[in-house]
Amino acid sequence: MSYNDFILVWQQYPKILEAFGNTLMLIVISGSVSMLLGIFLTPMLMSKRKAISLSVSIYCESMRCMPFLLFVYMIYFGLPSAGIQLSNWTTGIAALILYNAAYMAIFLRGAWQDIPKETIEAGRAYGFHGFKLFRRVIMPLMLMRAIPMVGNQWVQIVKDSAFLGIIAVTELTAAMNSIQSTNFIPFASFLSAVLLYWLISLVIELVTSLFTRYAEVRRT
Amino acid sequence: MTPPENAEQTSTTTSASRVLQLQGISKSFADNEVLKDISLNVDRGQVLCLIGPSGCGKSTLLRCINWLETPDSGRVILNGQRFGVHKSGAKMRDGDLARMRSRVAMVFQHFALWPHLSVIDNIMASPLHVQHRDRQEVREEAIALLKKVGLTDKAEMFPSSLSGGQKQRVGIARALAMKPELLLFDEPTSALDPMLVGEVLGVIRDLADEGATMVIVTHEMEFARQVASQVIFMSDGHIAEAGPPEEFFAAPKSDKAKQFLARFHQHLEARSAPAVER
Repeated sequence: MSYNDFILVWQQYPKILEAFGNTLMLIVISGSVSMLLGIFLTPMLMSKRKAISLSVSIYCESMRCMPFLLFVYMIYFGLPSAGIQLSNWTTGIAALILYNAAYMAIFLRGAWQDIPKETIEAGRAYGFHGFKLFRRVIMPLMLMRAIPMVGNQWVQIVKDSAFLGIIAVTELTAAMNSIQSTNFIPFASFLSAVLLYWLISLVIELVTSLFTRYAEVRRT
Repeated sequence: MTPPENAEQTSTTTSASRVLQLQGISKSFADNEVLKDISLNVDRGQVLCLIGPSGCGKSTLLRCINWLETPDSGRVILNGQRFGVHKSGAKMRDGDLARMRSRVAMVFQHFALWPHLSVIDNIMASPLHVQHRDRQEVREEAIALLKKVGLTDKAEMFPSSLSGGQKQRVGIARALAMKPELLLFDEPTSALDPMLVGEVLGVIRDLADEGATMVIVTHEMEFARQVASQVIFMSDGHIAEAGPPEEFFAAPKSDKAKQFLARFHQHLEARSAPAVER
């Protein structure tokens, strides 16, 4: 490997930047939507109605014990045979969302259970119930407790997105793989990809720490 | 169980001034019967102090009043309307129950402020989002309430930066902001340093002077003696003795109450009681 290898790789910067942009888009969309879906699923996990909590819990647990790669294959090949035709992009985003929302819901449930009982009870005593109780009392406290875990999950999404090359989504890893295989410079290509992923993770960490600071005084 | 000693006296008052009626409240946790057929009345402007040894059921009774605990049997009647059960006999759904709860305000032993909201937002939350009152009006009232409890300068702070006594005063302001028909206090000073007890009791005493209707679970006997219009002494889940504070503290009738007060006086000699700020 030499300095020249990197020059060779980065001479193809339009291709790299386009793929990097795609990866960013995959992450931002699936990260935000899976977070929202996770927030939506958590009250169902905590529901007193057994049918609801059980079915959501089965979904979450099955995501948790399935390798992401297999899940992508199942969606990619499974949906068309069920008569649903989606583009590779949509399939990729759907897979990221469905997979990571389950994780989000699971640790958001943990964060919810960590809220002192009396704090939620005070909400009830003051006339909050149902969605309003969730929206005004439970959700803010749950999210503040879950900030580090949400950050971790975003980093996890960054890494999961690298799998989507297998269903021909032109994200960063796929683009770098094509560059290395045409020029035979695997190390320089992949290291460049790693550095770009690292950059994204740094930004996520920065945002996480900003939120953590915001939450510090509001958590207990 | 015997009715409260002053049942005769209160039954002569008009039903319009009867804020709270408990009729035959019983409650068990697993096979532990914590409340046994409790009946009592509270009229407008009265302060009822519930006292008794730890584990006698007084906190559970208080929590039954606003249905945070559902009694196994008996009735809770708030200004003529039954808690938890509709006139038709149907069980109240969450929404109706919440509406009834918002007519009663509770002050908690461990404050239970909402940590993610500033002091003033804690006070405004329920008037705004449950009672749907006008924001400007609610805000002005919240500021007035903060002044009343002596915390004007803390409005924008978060509960985590307040002392216990300040937190509890915010808790009281939050309760008052509801304009409740009845105030419930669950051992409002027992989680406080002795130094901070006085400032909280002072605020409650002011409320009593202003004619607020309150049910207070407390271990502060001197405070109960001064502020109560009736004292109920509970023991093993039932009312062992009830009456005006002058009678109860000067000449308790039941052995249980005598023992309890004797132990309290011993305790008093060991440490002087906290002064009540006026």
